[in-house]
Amino acid sequence: MAELFNTSAPIYLQLCDRIKNKIIRGEIGIGGQLPSVRDLAIDSGVNPNTVQRTYRELEEAGIVEKRRGQGTFVTENQEILQRMRNQLKQQHISGFVREMSEMGYSKSEMVEGLQNYFNKKEEKP
Amino acid sequence: MIQLESVSKRYLTKKALNGISFQIEPGHIIGLIGSNGSGKSTTLKLISGLIRPTRGTVLVDGEIANRRICSKVSYLSELDSYYSFFTVKETVDFYEQTFSDFNRKKAEEMLDFMKLDRNQKVKHLSKGNRGRLKIVAALARDVPYILMDEPLSGLDPMVRQSIVRSLISFIDLEKQTVVLTTHELQEIEPLLDTVILIKNGEILDVKSVEEIRSTENLSLVDWMVKEYGN
Repeated sequence: MAELFNTSAPIYLQLCDRIKNKIIRGEIGIGGQLPSVRDLAIDSGVNPNTVQRTYRELEEAGIVEKRRGQGTFVTENQEILQRMRNQLKQQHISGFVREMSEMGYSKSEMVEGLQNYFNKKEEKP
Repeated sequence: MIQLESVSKRYLTKKALNGISFQIEPGHIIGLIGSNGSGKSTTLKLISGLIRPTRGTVLVDGEIANRRICSKVSYLSELDSYYSFFTVKETVDFYEQTFSDFNRKKAEEMLDFMKLDRNQKVKHLSKGNRGRLKIVAALARDVPYILMDEPLSGLDPMVRQSIVRSLISFIDLEKQTVVLTTHELQEIEPLLDTVILIKNGEILDVKSVEEIRSTENLSLVDWMVKEYGN
């Protein structure tokens, strides 16, 4: 069974994020085919109407394309995919910064902390 | 479409439903939720034509829901209503003979999916497998409306999950509409389009599950507790 959904956001948006992540990780390649609505619904244990909404959302963003009688495919438009990749990066960074600021860390502490983190990681691969 | 218009139902002196009205659009999975004794089962029985309202009208596709509405509505009872001396296969045979819209092929696929032994007698089945067999019998009919009263109650998490999956796999939302009652909200939440919240025979609220998440940031369980508290 797929991972559970958290309660803070609509399921269709969480499914959107999962698919975007898969595209970025290369699990679904450029121009690759997405599972059918039914298969994804069964796989993730959600209502097929929800999956339909997810696909519609991705389609409106230009990330996927519906081809009549064939299914849904990841766009081959590199520009859109690159933009999506940047957006996700921004989204995660702003989430990180917001949480750190809320706990009272300053900008320089965050940058320093990140640098130290990467340095340590490089020392012991 | 299912329409209830100011429907009341009284059992002798006990009022079960108090003038409720709502509509269910086709192509959705709807959850009827509420505490024990709130009127969920009564509502389903009214839609399936098993009982008649004391006041008000119940319409299914514009027709008054009486005993003959069962040609459009498949109803899964919360009780075990099968002949215990039948085997699994005989139960399916019986259903096939009873309902002209019974889809044998679908039933066989579901028996495989649920890993039910066709030669076992119903009285020798575990509760979980009886629960699965009920689902097979109710879902294998090609009808526009499927009503399920507590399809998950008293079953272990594995059985519940196989039932949730079979619902997704074997229901065709382009042609079918499902209304179910349940207390297992956490498991059923990703499956539902809309919930109808009912309390003491009255409708508290009708809401889309995604809307509850996006506007209130609440899970179905928390939302129900909050609404009941008010």
